[in-house]
Amino acid sequence: MSDDFNVVGKSERRVDAVKLALGKPAFVDDIELPGMLHAKILHSPHAHARIVNIDASRARQLPGVAAVLTYRDVKRIPFATAGQGHPEPSPYDTVMLDNKVRYVGDRVAVVAAESLEVARQALQLIDVEYEILPAIFDPQQAMQPGAPIIHDEPDCSGVYDPQRNLIAHLHAEVGNVAQGFAQADHILEREYRTHYVQQASIEPHIAITYLDEDDRLIIRTSTQVPFHVRRIVARVLDIPVRRIRVIKPRIGGGFGGKQEILIEDLCGALTLLTRRPVRLEYTRAEELTAARTRHPQIIRLKTGVTREGRLTAIEMNVLENGGAYGTHSLTVMSVTGSRSLSLYRCPNIRFEANAVYTNLPVAGAFRGYGAPQGFFALESHMDELAELIGMDPIEFRKRNVVKQGDETPIAEVLGEGREGYKQIIRSYGLDECIERGMEAIGWKEKRQQAASSQQGPGVRRGVGVALALQASGIPGVDMGAASIKMNEDGSFNLLVGATDIGTGADTVLAQIAAEELSVPVERIIMYSSDTDFTPFDPGAYASSTTYISGGAVKKAAVQVKQQILEVASRLLEDNIENLRCEAGRVMSVSGQSVSYEEICLSALYQRDQFQIMAVASHMSYDSPPPFAATFAEVEVDTETGVVRVVKIVSAIDCGIPVNPQAAEGQIEGAVTQALGFALTEDMPHDGQGRMLNTDFKTYRIFTAMDMPEIIPILVKTYEPTGPFGAKAIAEIPINGPAPAIANAIANAVGVRLRDLPFTPEKVWRALHQR
Amino acid sequence: MRIELTINHQTKSFEIRPNLLLMELLRQQRCYSVKHGCETGDCGACAALVNGKLVNTCIMLAAQADGADIITLEAIGAPERLDPLQAAFVDTGAIQCGYCTPAMILAAKELLDRNSHPTEADVRDALAGVLCRCTGYVKPVEAVLRAAQQR
Repeated sequence: MSDDFNVVGKSERRVDAVKLALGKPAFVDDIELPGMLHAKILHSPHAHARIVNIDASRARQLPGVAAVLTYRDVKRIPFATAGQGHPEPSPYDTVMLDNKVRYVGDRVAVVAAESLEVARQALQLIDVEYEILPAIFDPQQAMQPGAPIIHDEPDCSGVYDPQRNLIAHLHAEVGNVAQGFAQADHILEREYRTHYVQQASIEPHIAITYLDEDDRLIIRTSTQVPFHVRRIVARVLDIPVRRIRVIKPRIGGGFGGKQEILIEDLCGALTLLTRRPVRLEYTRAEELTAARTRHPQIIRLKTGVTREGRLTAIEMNVLENGGAYGTHSLTVMSVTGSRSLSLYRCPNIRFEANAVYTNLPVAGAFRGYGAPQGFFALESHMDELAELIGMDPIEFRKRNVVKQGDETPIAEVLGEGREGYKQIIRSYGLDECIERGMEAIGWKEKRQQAASSQQGPGVRRGVGVALALQASGIPGVDMGAASIKMNEDGSFNLLVGATDIGTGADTVLAQIAAEELSVPVERIIMYSSDTDFTPFDPGAYASSTTYISGGAVKKAAVQVKQQILEVASRLLEDNIENLRCEAGRVMSVSGQSVSYEEICLSALYQRDQFQIMAVASHMSYDSPPPFAATFAEVEVDTETGVVRVVKIVSAIDCGIPVNPQAAEGQIEGAVTQALGFALTEDMPHDGQGRMLNTDFKTYRIFTAMDMPEIIPILVKTYEPTGPFGAKAIAEIPINGPAPAIANAIANAVGVRLRDLPFTPEKVWRALHQR
Repeated sequence: MRIELTINHQTKSFEIRPNLLLMELLRQQRCYSVKHGCETGDCGACAALVNGKLVNTCIMLAAQADGADIITLEAIGAPERLDPLQAAFVDTGAIQCGYCTPAMILAAKELLDRNSHPTEADVRDALAGVLCRCTGYVKPVEAVLRAAQQR
């Protein structure tokens, strides 16, 4: 193990920072195409209805309208909108346009016109006759006999039991829970609920499609998954993959919401029909009704514990609301179980989960991907257990938490969409995360102060803790690739299919290449991503870019370095064993040296000419967990129920942070999203499935003024299976804040909230029901 | 209708339809730093300086800006000559996806033009109109404070 690097572990300036600081045209919408049409989608006003008749003739006659598509105008090809590996673990329950709508916001038709204004007018002129069907909004009623069947179409596949609205079902067991409960001194059963929240990237979903001079369909889109977009759009439009090119420019945030084929199919269909460029962009209201969300879950936990504070059995039962389509439903709830139930050593674990359809917005991928739901339940529950046996919550956790060298059997049994692989914890910094986090929040004194002043009116303070882990990519499933090409000035083109969506991934990958090739980051010309030019990558999800794509970059760099040394060996007339790369030169033990420029010029022009270049792929059966200890300090106003978070400490072990500044940025951003999840963000509907919070006035994400103090702590460990010791960072910090806040509220005022979000009303009612 | 605007120090006259938004006009004029985020004036991504004031151009008609002096990020800095604010955003890691960055920098510029020694609370107040989903505002606030010190 070594973490003595030149470039890795340094807060290098981001490779894309200057252009973004200057506001250069780098995003999907920042181009001009002659003759571009503007597309608008007609969304369903009903939660559940059959389209009896649809007549677009009046819209088509409107001057300036170039095309209108309804279900009658497109092929019926079932697919999954989830941007996942192939075959997708999500059901094929979606068609481009259907004769049935399943939630308020579902697609009815799409229009392309000379201007946005005309497109909007045309929507008004599409005559639709609906047969309204009974709708279902409560996931607990969805599986009941007699409930309306949301997916009754005969051509959908991969649904566990469409007759019962059951998208997916999971069952996994390790050990023997009946035996485990028999050994327990105490058994605790509790139910926890998480709600609908939205990814809310500031850049909405947008795609611009056009035909190039070879009649190929170019899709320029704000996506996390360009290669999945290519594959899935080819299927839906029934054209060969080779006829599609997907370009991913800079992306204005994704967070999972863009791990989805949301608009690219419609946009492409309109371009194929009109043979003109088409631009389709969501409004914020569309984002908050007809994009994707986090899966709401009802989680029941039953646990057995001994007097000494040892866990003997955990039973977790999840009911997940997938909304109207089943995208990501199976794998999200599988992550709920496999992450949360891997955190503690417990010999007997049982996990049971059902995902159901409802006539509500579609849940998809959202940073954390089921883990925030699972850890909210589990880590709230751990505090309740500690209280039950009269033990300090940190002491109780330490007695049960996994340690270095442990296996995580539930992750192996559950996998992600299919059976997983044996996982062993090799790098482990959780102890240090806990210690440093306790110190930073002032745990001991604050915890005691709160306990002694819980009674009476006024503002009360408290502190709470939550532990968590995540994974680094999907083991045995996702493979990323990278290619590196050398230029005669000693620079390198690094091409990756991996998608920097604002995370800093391009910079991190450039640093990995620079480290291996012994050059400064400025010598790496980074490009991501374009399905014509960059090698395959699944995309930005599952916290995989540093670990998986970075692994590919490192491998490609190792091969390029070998080629450099071979050329240098000829030039210096010395054996490779005697040579090493240093600061853009190859040095010999004899004291001679040759520059990268000379090496590349020789290879390109002078002797035994060839292009110094390599492509490498990386896939891993390991998915080492990053660890987190999150501490929250809160103030609760007992008169109003308002919870104010004063401070969050987020101590993370992500192995060696390749770029500490970028890693901190991931922590700070994830914590902020988690604050919204815990306190302010919510998507209620009017009882008929119509969303009430359709703008940023009502869907309240934190502003600069709302923020508590955030203290990110990076605990360094060295992960032997990761590039230069790195593990993942992007998702792990979002898991802890909600349960830590719940535990801090309990510490401050002695009430336990099990139902997110903690709105003033809920807190006030809980205080008054004591 | 016809209006006259000064955009990034160039005065031009425009024939527009009355309901054209200032955001649309600016983007048509290739001021791509002005971003669309919400259409309701809540996220601030479309901010520009109109007569020195930070304005959400998605809820302002171009016609309302007739005669105004407008500055977008395109007028500030160059690749080899970053404005101190831009340099501070780059150096502190305040830029993640970069979509709200132009608005953040303009908001900070407006603040520093009227208050050269802002407190952290002043900075948070100035940035409160620009929503960011990536950074948690930690590093942007740090960037503005750093730029203020260097002025």
